[in-house]
Amino acid sequence: MNRRFINPAVASVPPSAIRKFFDTASTMKDAISLGVGEPDFVTPFPMRNAAIDSLLDGETQYTTNYGLMPLREEISRYLSQRFQVGYDPQSEVLVTVGASEAIDIALRAILSPGDEVLIPEPCYISYQACTRFAGGVPVQVPTRAEKAFELDAADLEACITPQSKVLMLSYPNNPTGAVLPREKLEAVARVAIRHDLFVICDEIYSELAYDGFTQLSLASLPGMWERTMTISGFSKAFAMTGFRLGYLCAPSLFVAAAAKIHQYTIMCASRQSQVAAWYALKRGRETGYEDVARMRESYNQRRRLMLKAFADMGLACFEPKGAFYAFPSIQKTGLSSEVFCDRLLQEKAVICVPGSAFGDSGEGHIRCCYATGVDKLMEAFARIADFLKTL
Amino acid sequence: MNGFKQQILEILTEDCRTPLEQIATMTGQDLVAVGQAIDELEKGQVILRYRPIINWDRAERQRVEAMIEVKVTPQRDFGFDAVAKRIYRFSEVKSLYLMSGNYDLLILVEAGTLKELAQFVSERLSPLETVTGTSTSFVLKRYKQDGVVFEEGGEDGRLAVSP
Repeated sequence: MNRRFINPAVASVPPSAIRKFFDTASTMKDAISLGVGEPDFVTPFPMRNAAIDSLLDGETQYTTNYGLMPLREEISRYLSQRFQVGYDPQSEVLVTVGASEAIDIALRAILSPGDEVLIPEPCYISYQACTRFAGGVPVQVPTRAEKAFELDAADLEACITPQSKVLMLSYPNNPTGAVLPREKLEAVARVAIRHDLFVICDEIYSELAYDGFTQLSLASLPGMWERTMTISGFSKAFAMTGFRLGYLCAPSLFVAAAAKIHQYTIMCASRQSQVAAWYALKRGRETGYEDVARMRESYNQRRRLMLKAFADMGLACFEPKGAFYAFPSIQKTGLSSEVFCDRLLQEKAVICVPGSAFGDSGEGHIRCCYATGVDKLMEAFARIADFLKTL
Repeated sequence: MNGFKQQILEILTEDCRTPLEQIATMTGQDLVAVGQAIDELEKGQVILRYRPIINWDRAERQRVEAMIEVKVTPQRDFGFDAVAKRIYRFSEVKSLYLMSGNYDLLILVEAGTLKELAQFVSERLSPLETVTGTSTSFVLKRYKQDGVVFEEGGEDGRLAVSP
């Protein structure tokens, strides 16, 4: 095959390191996976039923590009009530196919060739790739375990050049589970304003913060609404990954730009998913988000179990206050994160994801998801402890 | 009841053999507090007993189970409680519920053979003067009990690795 036909921007992106583990893991029968990135809860029945009802009612048509208005109204109300940030459902809310699409079209709507995107690392795997696909240049801003993987404003500022245009921000964070307290967020906001940065804020895990911590929405800070795209979705807090439904909110100028790409490439998100998501927010509003609270408490119990297990094994792990991941250090083993995970899979049939899959600054760590059954977690901890003894 | 005790009940409902240390970790409380809370739940008869859920079909023990819908005449001053008390004292009666709807009591009965179960209905239950009618349905197969699926349950539909 002649590789010259491949778009250089696409060719420059290496294949996902996660993919490699998936291929190996799928051949192993008794493997316990801590490598998933989604809830272990099935979508609560009322949301599934709403989608079924929609089908039974024959609602099989396209929706408007922006998404069903009742859903946009609920999203607007939800963000206003839960995160103190206001968007007009008419022109400032765009319903997307998962937060993933929102990230892609946000970057494509904002970036010109050569624009730099500041990406705090470790980070979700698509930020760098989507930046390159959009013609941008990803710039790593490392965060560190000793600073609780919080983005330090000075570290951010040190990476800024005249080409810097966008900051990608995501707290609670995948893969580290870190959150960003108010004073750190405000410091980041000041840097963004001082250097006229546009911020794409991926808040997909914002409902999943523990022990009383609430992750503030960046757009709620003074001077930030007008330069921020807020992205979130229903996959994590509402356990609706397979529905593939997210949203992008911003001042109408930016939403209109992103919507232009959305309308020519996606047209609209699945109607049944939109109906289910609308019902998730409506039901949440009416019940005090009891489904979300129930799942959050369950994650929190397992988060504590995982932290204690790593402490007992002697693996250093900063306390993650959000998402459903822990990101322990495996540096003391002397193995790279990829070799560690590879051997753990081959020798003990436990799947973890190497930290290096989430950027260079993830090296020396492994991502472990605690959204799995307690029995399986306990068995996985025993196997990891056994593995460590063999090193 | 406070949230801490609710959490303990949920953890024990999932697995009543969960070690106290593990419950303490999961709830973020210390061991003494967990022990004390469980003690209170037991003494207050919130927790009555810890029992396994058994798939008897795999335990090679012959059992016959039936659900019996019972219509009764409630007794003056005692309502249904006195009738229920008479019935739940039979050792064959494993569960007994007062119901709304077309009948009054629902009994889950267990016996070693079909004959024994038939004898219980015809010779012990039906002759009670307050019982005005019964309808017996035999359990043919048990798919799920107390939230536990008996066969091929708990499949994880998720990809083994995802971002």
